[in-house]
Amino acid sequence: MSETMAFTRPRSLADRVTHYCPGCQHGIGQRLVAECLDEMNLTDNTIAVTSIGCSVFLYDYLLVDSVEAPHGRAPAVATGVKRARPENFVFTYQGDGDLASIGMAEIMHAANRGERISVVFVNNTIYGMTGGQMAPTTLVGQKTTTCPSGRCSATEGMPFRMAEIMAGLGGVAYSTRVALNNVKHINQAKKAVRRAFEVQLKNQGLGFVELLATCPTNWKMNPLEANERIAKELIPYFPLGVFKDVKEGGQC
Amino acid sequence: MEDARIFIKGNEAVAYGAMDAGCRCYFGYPITPQNEIPEFMSKALPQAGGAFVQAESEVAAANMLLGAAATGIRSMTSSSSPGVSLMQEAISYMAGSDIPGVLVNMTRGGPGLGDINPSQADYFQAVKGGGHGDYRTLVLAPSTCQEAYDLTRQAFDLAFAYRNPVLVLGDAILGQMKEPVRRAEPRAKDPAEAGQWRLDGAKGREQRILKSLFLADGALAAHNLRLMEKYQAMRAETRAEAWDTDDAKLVVVAFGSIARIVKTAVRALRARGLKVGLFRPITLFPFPEHDLRELAKAGKAFLTIEHNMGQMVEDVRLAVCGLADSDFYPALPGNIPTPDEFEAAILKSLEGRA
Amino acid sequence: MSRIEIDEERCKGCLLCTTVCPKAMLRGSSRVNPTGYKVVEVIPDLAGQCTGCAACAQMCPDVAIVVWRSPKRKEAA
Repeated sequence: MSETMAFTRPRSLADRVTHYCPGCQHGIGQRLVAECLDEMNLTDNTIAVTSIGCSVFLYDYLLVDSVEAPHGRAPAVATGVKRARPENFVFTYQGDGDLASIGMAEIMHAANRGERISVVFVNNTIYGMTGGQMAPTTLVGQKTTTCPSGRCSATEGMPFRMAEIMAGLGGVAYSTRVALNNVKHINQAKKAVRRAFEVQLKNQGLGFVELLATCPTNWKMNPLEANERIAKELIPYFPLGVFKDVKEGGQC
Repeated sequence: MEDARIFIKGNEAVAYGAMDAGCRCYFGYPITPQNEIPEFMSKALPQAGGAFVQAESEVAAANMLLGAAATGIRSMTSSSSPGVSLMQEAISYMAGSDIPGVLVNMTRGGPGLGDINPSQADYFQAVKGGGHGDYRTLVLAPSTCQEAYDLTRQAFDLAFAYRNPVLVLGDAILGQMKEPVRRAEPRAKDPAEAGQWRLDGAKGREQRILKSLFLADGALAAHNLRLMEKYQAMRAETRAEAWDTDDAKLVVVAFGSIARIVKTAVRALRARGLKVGLFRPITLFPFPEHDLRELAKAGKAFLTIEHNMGQMVEDVRLAVCGLADSDFYPALPGNIPTPDEFEAAILKSLEGRA
Repeated sequence: MSRIEIDEERCKGCLLCTTVCPKAMLRGSSRVNPTGYKVVEVIPDLAGQCTGCAACAQMCPDVAIVVWRSPKRKEAA
């Protein structure tokens, strides 16, 4: 009987247990990034810009040159990295507080300038690392530690749909939203990450992937319930799809 | 290179200094009174094969500097007081991550929006660290356009020698005044610079991580001790000018453009037979406390004159503590000081000690 | 017959893998690993049904599953 290994850890993913909670899908997100880097032969040429949130230790899991950015500033730091070394492959990996709250100016302008970077945005509608506060993407009615009666649009506004906002900016070559709640979506997500990496290699503009993911601990759910919430509550408000793809075109 | 002098503003001298030092990335945001710097760099850098970005804010500019510098490329930003306030977070991160970069502050009046005239009221911000945590940055204080050129050039070398942010502290007088400046031969390209630590893709080697987060037991303590050793080593870069202090009874301590105005006052008083001198720190960190202490041991009296409500005077007093004290005269932010004003202040100080 | 190996030290007992296995051959066990998580296991009676589809491994956030795929042997008529 000859058997082949049909699935194993990608080589750029460190062989260590992660600090993430059970059922947290950062583990899937970072694995997809590692797989794409390896399969596209980018690993040795990559400079990652890590952010602040539960993924702050990304540099311990992805074995690539990394610089740690202050909270929200990763797109600006990545702009500096890429402008200084345009021949390197540069990406950021950010959560919803980092990218859509404190970092909103930096992502809008990096995207508008069409910086040749790839942005992986993990949206779990809550602040994980700091213990479950409201995020810019928290859903109306969702209870968090800083909106204990549930987000109210009159006082807290509506959740941001970042993939759509990114798609509206001239410098963005690719913007999509995918989810990690089942294998079909995970496969789509991997293709999305690939495409976001590709538009950088083809010098077309900024590539943006929004990944809908769980935060079981702060949603106060077990991992299975949390995973179901993605389909039940997140996808209806944050639709999946490709919102912009310049295909063959791009920036001057 | 021909021995020619060019007649340029202090802001332009800073920009020339940066380009001649091999700066290849500049990130900045418009703010009075330093806009000639980004404007110059926006033309010079693309011509030199470098990168210029007008960032969306000083916050972004300082973080772009962090990113570019992390790859070992000589990079710079510039701003003025309120914009430098916005950069403090990035400065702290750069210091904590051992990332070299040059930041230029053409100080204006404050606090808050203040005015667009000069002041020296960012001494505390620059020297005591406007950002969080135990860190220091080298601070260089030019007082002529030639020094603006020379010290900006050296700032890059120092930043890379110590893997630390370096601040060049000027003011609106320096930024806007025109003087002849002599450029030196531009630095030869050095593609291998910072090869031992820069981020450029982990091909054939272990990954490199530039970060300032140290959670493991004892790790942050060890990191802070190592940083302190670095700042101790920086003391080798201390620089100051002592002008006519040997037989002076009263030494006026001043830095930057204000020191020039003080020098005019000191000259005038010397011509009248009064024994006064000027001590001008050129590095504000490391502060030339040793030299000041020697002057105090020799029995001098001190008067600190600065364009603020009293900042460097604290370091002067600390340096001469136990041996002498320092009078203080504030040139008020919002007003442009004159030599007459300083002459009167020096005379008053001399009288007080008669 | 294909098979999977579950690294019990990496497993956090999230059970996400159990939601995607087409043969429903995964379940939570009562075994607690050194970190304190109740790990997942292959139901022994169903182990032979594994097709090596790797859905479990793809769904696992902890990369705790290695999948070995063998070619199907045609049953004797």
